[in-house]
Amino acid sequence: MPQYEAGTFDVIVVGAGHAGAEAALASARMGAKTLVLTMNLDMIAFMPCNPSIGGPAKGIVVREIDALGGAMGRVIDKTHIQMRMLNTAKGPAVRALRAQADKVLYQQEMKRLMEEEKNLTLHQGIAEKLVVEDGKVTGLITQVGGIYRAKSVVITTGTFLRGEIIIGDLRYSSGPNNQQPSIKLAENLEELGFETVRFKTGTPPRVNSNSIDYSKTEIQPGDEEPRAFSYETTEFIMDQLPCWLTYTNEKTHQIIDENLHLSPMYSGMIKGTGPRYCPSIEDKVVRFNDKPRHQIFLEPEGRNTREVYVQGLSTSLPEHVQRKLLESIPGLEKAEMMRAGYAIEYDAIVPTQLWPTLESKQLENLYTAGQINGTSGYEEAAGQGLMAGINAAAKVLGKEEVILSRSDAYIGVLIDDLVTKGTNEPYRLLTSRAEYRLLLRHDNADMRLTELGHKIGMISDERYAKFLAKKDRIEVEIKRLRGMMIKPNDITQQLIRDAGGSELKDGIRAADLLKRPEMTYDMIAQLTASEVELEDEVKEQVEIHIKYEGYIEKSLQQVAKLKKMEDKKIPENIDYHSISGLATEARGKLAEVRPLSIAQASRISGVNPADISILLVYIEQGRIAKIPS
Amino acid sequence: MEFDTIAAISTPSGEGAIAIVRLSGPEAIGIADKLFRAPSGKQLATQPTHTIHYGHLADPWTEEVVEEVMVSFMKAPKTFTREDVIEINCHGGIVSVNRVLALVLRAGARLAEPGEFTKRAFLNGRIDLSQAEAVMDLIRAKTDRAMDVALNQMEGRLSKLIGTLRQALLESIAQMEVNIDYPEYDDVEEMTRPIMLEKALWVRSEIDKLLQTSSQGKILREGLSTVIVGRPNVGKSSLLNSLVQENKAIVTEIAGTTRDIIEEYVNVRGVPLRLVDTAGIRETEDIVERIGVERSRKVLKEADLILYVLNYSEALTEEDERLFEAVRDMDYIVVINKTDLPQKIDLDYVQQLAGDKLLVTTSLIEEEGIDQLEEAIAELFFEGQIEAGDMTYVSNARHIALLHQAHQTISDAIEAADLDVPVDMIQIDVTRTWEILGEIIGDTADDGLLNQLFSQFCLGK
Ligand SMILES: Cc1cc2nc3c(=O)[nH]c(=O)nc-3n(C[C@H](O)[C@H](O)[C@H](O)COP(=O)(O)OP(=O)(O)OC[C@H]3O[C@@H](n4cnc5c(N)ncnc54)[C@H](O)[C@@H]3O)c2cc1C
Ligand SMILES: Nc1nc2c(ncn2[C@@H]2O[C@H](COP(=O)(O)OP(=O)(O)OP(=O)(O)O)[C@@H](O)[C@H]2O)c(=O)[nH]1
Ligand SMILES: [Mg+2]
Repeated sequence: MPQYEAGTFDVIVVGAGHAGAEAALASARMGAKTLVLTMNLDMIAFMPCNPSIGGPAKGIVVREIDALGGAMGRVIDKTHIQMRMLNTAKGPAVRALRAQADKVLYQQEMKRLMEEEKNLTLHQGIAEKLVVEDGKVTGLITQVGGIYRAKSVVITTGTFLRGEIIIGDLRYSSGPNNQQPSIKLAENLEELGFETVRFKTGTPPRVNSNSIDYSKTEIQPGDEEPRAFSYETTEFIMDQLPCWLTYTNEKTHQIIDENLHLSPMYSGMIKGTGPRYCPSIEDKVVRFNDKPRHQIFLEPEGRNTREVYVQGLSTSLPEHVQRKLLESIPGLEKAEMMRAGYAIEYDAIVPTQLWPTLESKQLENLYTAGQINGTSGYEEAAGQGLMAGINAAAKVLGKEEVILSRSDAYIGVLIDDLVTKGTNEPYRLLTSRAEYRLLLRHDNADMRLTELGHKIGMISDERYAKFLAKKDRIEVEIKRLRGMMIKPNDITQQLIRDAGGSELKDGIRAADLLKRPEMTYDMIAQLTASEVELEDEVKEQVEIHIKYEGYIEKSLQQVAKLKKMEDKKIPENIDYHSISGLATEARGKLAEVRPLSIAQASRISGVNPADISILLVYIEQGRIAKIPS
Repeated sequence: MEFDTIAAISTPSGEGAIAIVRLSGPEAIGIADKLFRAPSGKQLATQPTHTIHYGHLADPWTEEVVEEVMVSFMKAPKTFTREDVIEINCHGGIVSVNRVLALVLRAGARLAEPGEFTKRAFLNGRIDLSQAEAVMDLIRAKTDRAMDVALNQMEGRLSKLIGTLRQALLESIAQMEVNIDYPEYDDVEEMTRPIMLEKALWVRSEIDKLLQTSSQGKILREGLSTVIVGRPNVGKSSLLNSLVQENKAIVTEIAGTTRDIIEEYVNVRGVPLRLVDTAGIRETEDIVERIGVERSRKVLKEADLILYVLNYSEALTEEDERLFEAVRDMDYIVVINKTDLPQKIDLDYVQQLAGDKLLVTTSLIEEEGIDQLEEAIAELFFEGQIEAGDMTYVSNARHIALLHQAHQTISDAIEAADLDVPVDMIQIDVTRTWEILGEIIGDTADDGLLNQLFSQFCLGK
């Protein structure tokens, strides 16, 4: 294949899945001349699995992406068919929004945004080989011989690297949904010395809505209140489509038992590690065989299609067994299967080979983001894509790198886990992975990140000014409530009694009254006669701040300790093998991960407190040695 | 550099008549003043530096006097660490020194990591560069030793109990996490405040019990009741003296020397023992001795551990066999003494009578076999074979400090549950408790929760 010079950019993003789309938009937004090169322009931001975005932890990631100027929140706000706020009966720390997406509209909207972004060029093509000079990436070569030059390259190829689809005993080389796999690129990365692992994931069958008997299922409607992910959204979609709930039963489980020998999972044909949190139905039945039934959610894939996603029935059993499974489920007896479920195996890069900026340690100017880094999920991919895009552009433009801390954002937790601990299964965010989840809330993503977003050029001045005004209103109102006394007069006592609380004995500060579990901001507002009518978002912030002050304070103290350790930087050129006293295991792990700070070092498994002490002494020794005496 | 205040025992544990608890850091003097009561009522802070003061330590929460002490007061920078340093000299012995340390930790100091004083000395420029390597080696060596001890205890009763508490908490936490991360799953029971509260209350009461053993509990106050029995003249009193390393009991060649019970407190490899020497058990004419014998039988019944002494150079008698019968269901170690003399005893037969109990041979005169005996005692104890009543043993100051922290966090959780705080917020303190308890037994691996989550519940799409 003759080669030709196809163009020069600041940043090239390979792939336009959820990671690639965010990376490309962010890079362009930051001011870098950006190319996004992807296999098929009709598949931008395609959802190969469930038609849904958000949920616990993940939904907060979408908010964070939005607070940093990313796209996912804005796009889903325009293209969802249903939204629900989850965990509303629990505390504010774990509330999360989830949307059912119109898959096709989502893709179109994302593509439109990308097309309109100045600085961003879209091009269809397949990357096969990186151009490397002096240990640095300087571009790539496509299948048709185009040489694209760039100062940074971001690879976001998802599950495509040596992808293989498996159904029953059939196994064939393929990307998700029968797209073509990326084999040359996988080989090239291997040649360049990247260590990879083999992971696996799967997806359930899809059925035609017209063939479902919904009368045998339970309806699962969206919220009636208007909801949105993006802080910028002002128009809300109120016309929603419901989801439906049904269950597997003894018969379903019997079919699985009888056909287990045909499952590639159990015949030993699948060797990749699958995620524990997304087991296939055969896994669930085998591992929890005392359970009489499992939930199955029927989720429409969009407004203009009859295709329905059968959540809960992920499987790689042969197609004819899948048909039997569907037939055994109430409501799906006559269901017409449009696509069979399948498992997919793929190569992922061992993520401890990356810096917290998502830049490769061994190959400068190369960034990777998304499922290629061992994660799973659209939001996880998008969060990484955003950060990789920001950092790739920052490096090219000579700006400071951007690393989110575990106390800043779930995205920080995600990336830190990946680059510090690695993962031995496809990584999914869970709220329990965040040690400061009370600080990492859905409601305060803008308070946490918009300042930073503006500073790095991702948030416009206009949006920033709006944000500052909101922040100011919150602070003023908190101050007001802290200062104002409420007297135990008839109106007050009546209101408290109605709320089920015990009457006041004395005057009380408004803020202290709000701390009572039965009191809400609106009740306090009634008693304190505020002149300004505040918007709901501000009220919510005020309420959470005052009510959970004690808990927030405790978390902040822990964060202060963390920050101290984060401020203790480890010099990049440190040679762990020359530090006497480090345990052998710790030495190996430190040399592999090359943590940037003592805080990060102490999170590496196998590095114990004694090693950290020794490291501190060693670093301090270097510092002292440098001071001329 | 800015540091917190650390404390540790700075004399080897269990040995010596005096033990020292050392504090270093900006709060050292303040903490000492919180606890120290001089007869004159003076405050350490107002005293000239590098002076020593006599007085008592009192528990500031109860004003109960804990120890008689001498306190050395040294202001920065002319100290080992170049920080303010307080040294509290107290009576040797693991019980009192641990009590002092525990008090200091509760009053705001943090337990020093191994080698941390030296590390500070270095970081504050007290030790020069050439010594840095030595500091690192020291940290390593000390930590390894500390880890050995921790490992020993890990298999012991304490870790078993803590393990049970943690598992109970973990199940609740996992259930809560599932409620949060998979809100639509109907087959996972909803974690509610009452369930959480019940568990938290139970855990707190168990921690209370543990803390009692640490401060005034039976074991630490009295030691593990260890009774030395055997026929007259086999060397019981000699054994007591060897373990105590002093001549407390009268030893003669006359059978029946010991007429009554003699008690001694010793610390054998970290196990506090209340050693009881008894009058040799046999039918006797001497009336005074007979009372002693009867009391010996009674003490025997209440013992946590029995050291049953036999004579190596005498054949086993009927009395010996009867004694085997008497101690059958108890924890005992057979000590076969006088191995320096010709063997007359049938060791195989003894082992047969003793079943799976340990046999140790000694010559107390030649000072042989005592090490093995001590080791056997420590092993039995730490492996949890000896049940000291239903008490678990907590004497390590680090454990005590952590238990106090755990007590605080679980109490916070309980208080929150009473106040109708959302369950997932209550859980923050429950999780913290689980983590702190994990530090006690050295289990801080953070994948425990995820493993529990996915093995306990069936989750997925
Ligand atoms: C079958 C299946 C089941 C899944 N199930 C789940 C699930 O249950 N839960 C869950 O959270 N997540 C699941 N996922 C994962 C989720 O879809 C991904 O995590 C997410 O889409 C990853 O986003 P990404 O941007 O990293 O990669 P992708 O969205 O896969 O995007 C990769 C992009 O790279 C492009 N590309 C690939 N190779 C090249 C090349 N050589 N040159 C140019 N472009 C290239 C592709 O065209 C595509 O645009 C599943 C994925 C699949 C395939
Ligand atoms: N040869 C030899 N003699 C020992 C040994 N241990 C103790 N003896 C001697 O045995 C005699 C009895 O020792 P005690 O310790 O008084 O024995 P006891 O069991 O306390 O005796 P009563 O109090 O009389 O029941 C003393 O003379 C000791 O010196 C030993 O290991 N070898
Ligand atoms: Mg005697």
